Amino acid sequence: MGADFNPMEMMICTASRYLQNGDFAAIGTGAPCAAAMLAQKTHAPDLVVMFESGGIAPILPLMPISIADSSTYYKGLLAAGVGETMDTCARGQVDYTFIGGAQIDRYGNLNTTCIGDHGNPKVRFPGSGGANDFGALCWRTMIMTPHVKDRFVEKVDFITTPGYLDGPGAREAAGLPPGTGPYKIITNLAILGFDEETKVMQVESLSPGVTLDQVIENTGFELKIPDQIGTTESPSPEHLAALREQVDPMGLLIGRN
Amino acid sequence: MTDDAPGYATPASADGIGRLFLDPDPDKHRAFFASKTKKITDKRMSLKDAVATFIPDGCSIASGGFSTSRTSVSVMHEILRQHRKNLLLYATTSSYVSDLLAIGKCFDRVDVSYIVGMEARGLSPNARRWLESGEVEVVEWTNHALLVRLRAAAQGVPYGLSRMMLGSDTYVHSAAKIVDCPFTGQKYLALPAATIDVAIIHVHEADIYGNCRIRGMTGVDYDMSRAAKHVVITTERLIHNDEIRAKPDATFIPGYLVDAVIEVPFGAYPCQMAYEYASDEPFFFEQLKIEKDPEAFAAWCEEHIYNVSSHEEFIEHFGGLKRLNELRVLESRL
Repeated sequence: MGADFNPMEMMICTASRYLQNGDFAAIGTGAPCAAAMLAQKTHAPDLVVMFESGGIAPILPLMPISIADSSTYYKGLLAAGVGETMDTCARGQVDYTFIGGAQIDRYGNLNTTCIGDHGNPKVRFPGSGGANDFGALCWRTMIMTPHVKDRFVEKVDFITTPGYLDGPGAREAAGLPPGTGPYKIITNLAILGFDEETKVMQVESLSPGVTLDQVIENTGFELKIPDQIGTTESPSPEHLAALREQVDPMGLLIGRN
Repeated sequence: MTDDAPGYATPASADGIGRLFLDPDPDKHRAFFASKTKKITDKRMSLKDAVATFIPDGCSIASGGFSTSRTSVSVMHEILRQHRKNLLLYATTSSYVSDLLAIGKCFDRVDVSYIVGMEARGLSPNARRWLESGEVEVVEWTNHALLVRLRAAAQGVPYGLSRMMLGSDTYVHSAAKIVDCPFTGQKYLALPAATIDVAIIHVHEADIYGNCRIRGMTGVDYDMSRAAKHVVITTERLIHNDEIRAKPDATFIPGYLVDAVIEVPFGAYPCQMAYEYASDEPFFFEQLKIEKDPEAFAAWCEEHIYNVSSHEEFIEHFGGLKRLNELRVLESRL
């Protein structure tokens, strides 16, 4: 990778390009919030951002520490509650959501609950929070995660938030709203999507300077490798400047300063 | 399905295997409310009396606010000081509440969507130790599921319908069921009404009769206050009933739902209070660091929670008025 930007900056800028004026995105804190805020500061000032605790359409002044901070409804259109935000997802008005996890498998199933037996776990994680709600009810689920083998696993210990479960048609058979599911996974190495026919995770483009072998080596299951794999667009100077100067001036996420 | 699929045993229609802790029968709820007084009376009492009266061992509790915002920290401390045990914690994003109550091992059952996490600050070592001890019965839900359950109780119906959790292990380890819709023929998730014993909610303003105003995000408090048999309110400040009656559209929780009102200025500290004060991040950083060492943390709890007689005294330990003013400035600078 060139010296002009680091992997976290690359991920945030890549994610932000998906978010456009007219879109409605349910997000949490951290990198997804940075991506949404960057979109608002640059190409998508009218992006509607929503936080599950009740904040709708803030103009983000800084990145919140908690998803219930006042910044999550700063200059917003509505400060309401979980009923309002989740009902908005349930009736199909939310285009994107960003969630993460300790483990993800080839179908995009995510674990944020536990490692080991549920009744007597080796490690207890927080659980769903609103992630399962978002992943079930928003149209497109985006996942931002470091690309390492112990996260990209053959089998997750616990399906906290369903991806495509065990393949095509499984979400619909389980009763989840049709047309929903994981859309893109943005890692430090690549953008990944899902094969339309099999719903298996596939490599779509590689970060500049990253090889396909690196992606394969850092994935604990067999990815689908299409014939054509592009290179992910590098962040624009405008995006990088806004990210460093306005979104994360303290360098909390992007590790500068 | 591909040949090398990981092979999850997806439950197509089996019920969740988690225990149903709360009776969803609306007629029992109605019978309770028929006998609960609607009299407009002065509901002020001390923190000590409110916890002693309304939060006995073994009852089910839920805390208002969300994560580290508008948390009723003063009541949680009093629950610790009175050594409550065997509580059922109804835990929507319960970050700091579960961290605090885990100190005294106060709960041994939990209806949970989010626990042991302090969001971007990381996991709570103290809450993790309790949740990983095998001594807590954990039933899984999501934030919306827990909200829908409260809403059902508030509406006087035995369950609410939604579509999250389907297909997941979150469902398997819940006490939800799958039902066929009589109109569409589709599968839906039936979420049992959650009539909790006590809702503990910190608010911006209340009068002595328990009429409350909340600013900023409201989390699940609207439905929680209506689903609970008892509501214990701590408030930043008391206001006159005339103010409430001059602006009834600003009332979020009407007094007839409320059992106790305690005026506790800065009652959410070290958590955040919308338009009042920011969260004390150095405090959380320090606490989470100390939590890594169980002995040091026990001494910390002894000094700052158990041996403290009021919320004011607790705040004094961490900088008192000077610190509060800094947090007020931080919140107003947005």
